[in-house]
Amino acid sequence: MPTLLALDASSTACSCALIRNRQIVQRFEIAPREHTRLLLPMIDEVLAEVGVSLTQLDAVVYGHGPGSFTGLRIAAGIAQGLAYGADLPLIGVSTLEALALAAHRKWHARHVIAALDARMEEIYVGAYHCHDGALSVALDPRVLPPSRLRLPDTDRDIEWLGIGSGWQLLSNIPVDVQAALPQTLPDELPAAEDLVRLAATSWERGARGSAPHEVIPVYLRDEVAWRKA
Amino acid sequence: MRVLGIETSCDETGVALYDTDAGLLADALYSQVALHAEFGGVVPELASRDHTRKLLPLVDQVLADAQLAKQDLDAIAYTAGPGLVGALMVGACTAHGMARALDIPVLGVHHMEGHLLAPMLEETAPAFPFVALLVSGGHTQLVDVRGLGDYRLLGESVDDAAGEAFDKVAKMLELPYPGGPQVAALAERGRSERFRFPRPMTDRPGLDFSFSGLKTHTLTTLRQLHEQDAFDDQAQADVARAFEDAVVDTLIIKCRRALKESGRTRLVVAGGVSANRRLRETLDIALTKLGARAFYPRGRFCTDNGAMIAYAGAQRLIAGQHSQTLQPRPRWPLAELTPPGC
Repeated sequence: MPTLLALDASSTACSCALIRNRQIVQRFEIAPREHTRLLLPMIDEVLAEVGVSLTQLDAVVYGHGPGSFTGLRIAAGIAQGLAYGADLPLIGVSTLEALALAAHRKWHARHVIAALDARMEEIYVGAYHCHDGALSVALDPRVLPPSRLRLPDTDRDIEWLGIGSGWQLLSNIPVDVQAALPQTLPDELPAAEDLVRLAATSWERGARGSAPHEVIPVYLRDEVAWRKA
Repeated sequence: MRVLGIETSCDETGVALYDTDAGLLADALYSQVALHAEFGGVVPELASRDHTRKLLPLVDQVLADAQLAKQDLDAIAYTAGPGLVGALMVGACTAHGMARALDIPVLGVHHMEGHLLAPMLEETAPAFPFVALLVSGGHTQLVDVRGLGDYRLLGESVDDAAGEAFDKVAKMLELPYPGGPQVAALAERGRSERFRFPRPMTDRPGLDFSFSGLKTHTLTTLRQLHEQDAFDDQAQADVARAFEDAVVDTLIIKCRRALKESGRTRLVVAGGVSANRRLRETLDIALTKLGARAFYPRGRFCTDNGAMIAYAGAQRLIAGQHSQTLQPRPRWPLAELTPPGC
C-alpha cells in the first residue's frame, strides 16, 4: 500500500489528506478565497500527524478537475512544486470520481452521477458504477447545460444517486433523469480523502503517476476566449 | 546564495538562476505572444493555463544550462504582484510547493522592483541613489530610489500607460498585435516635420503623465487623413513618427524635471518601452547636457523576465527576508515596499 499525499482546491472547500498503511488523515475546510493561505499549513499538519516527511511519500496527488479554474491551478501549482522538488511522481485524480466514491462510501450508492456547477448555466458531469470501493465509468466527464443531460445508456431500471453542487440546478434537468434519481446530495464537496483513496487503488493496480509538469488540470471547458469578429 | 527567479505576472513565463557571488547563471523565457495574438490582447485565463504547462520545463532548462541540480538552490523568488491574479497564482503556488519540498526560503517579489533593479544585472550598473522611469504596457512611473526598498513615487500616468498607448495606436494603424514595437518600426520611415502632436501635461509643473489625450489626437488625425483621402503608407508612417516623438519628448521632459528636482545624476529606464531605440538615443543626448546618465537593462530584460525577479529576490533573501504565507498581490503599490529588515 503506497504512502500518498493529496490536495484539493477545486471548490469552495480545500483539503489535504495523507494515506499510509491504509490509514487516512485529513484536513478539510470550507473557506472560499482562503485556499492559498490554508493549504501549505494543512500539508505540514498531516505530515506531522502521521510522522512522515515528503521524501517518504511515493507520490503526490491532486484533484485535477473539473472545478474552479483558479482552484485547480492552486492545487496543481503546489502539487507540481512539491512533487518536482521532492523528485516524486504526480497523480491527477478526477474531482467527479472523488464525489462518486464519497457517495459509495458514505451512502452505499452503487450508481452515481456526480455533477458540479460549471457556471454559465452548465454543469460538469460524469456517471460511475461503484463496487467494493472501485469505480467504473458509465458516462465520461463532460460539460453541458443541465437540460441536455441524458442517463448513461445502461439498464433502464437502475436507480442513480446524484452528488455535487450541479444538483442545485435540478429543476433544469429532464424529467426522465429526475425520475431515475430518487436522491441527490447537492451540498457535498470533493475531498482529498477520496482522491487519496482512488489514487491508492490505482497504485495497487500498477499506475505510478507521471512527471509533475505533465499532470495539468482537466478543465473540461476549453472555450474560454472569443476571437474578435 | 543561488536564487531561482520565477516570473508569471502576465503573458511571459520567465525563469532564471542568479548567484550573489557569480552573477546571472542562466535565464529562460517562454512568451505567449502568439497565443494571445488572435484575440488582440492578453486573455487572462489562457495566460494562466499556459504558465501551468510551461513553468517546470523552464525550471529544468535553466538548471540544465547552469549545470546544477535543484538541490543546489538556496532560495526561490517569485513575482507576487502586481499583475493578473490567476497568472501570479501559478508562479506563487509552484514556488511555495518547491521551496517546501527543498526546505529552502521563498520570497514574493514586487514585479516593478524587479524592473527597476534590472539594470543592476549589466556590467555598468548604476549606484544608489537614482531616479527610475518605469515605462511599460502597465505602468508609467517616476520613482526616486534611495536604496533597496526605499522608494518614493514622484509621478505616474493618470490614465493610460505609455506602452498601452503604443499598443492602442498600433490598433488604430491596423498593425499586428502586440503593436508597440511595430509602431516604433513604422516610425523609422516616418517624417517628424509633417505632424506635431501635443506633449501632454508638460506645460504645467509636476511629474504626472497622461497619454489618453494623445491617443485621441492620433485617432482624430487619422480620421482627417481618411476624410481627405490622404491616408497612404507614408501618412501612416508619419502618424506613427509624430506619436512616437510626442511620447518620447514627454517622457524626457519629465525625466529631466525629476532629475533636477531630486538632484540625482543617474536615471534608470526599465520596462518594455525602455527598449525603444528613439527614446534611448534622445534621452542619452538630453541627459548628457544635464551632466546626468541613463542606465538601461539589456534588450531582453526590458520586458518581463525571470532574471530581474531572481536578482531583486536575492538582494532581499540574502538580508534574511522571506515569505511565510502564500498570497499573491494583484494590486500592490510600489511605495508600500520597505528595505529588508524594516
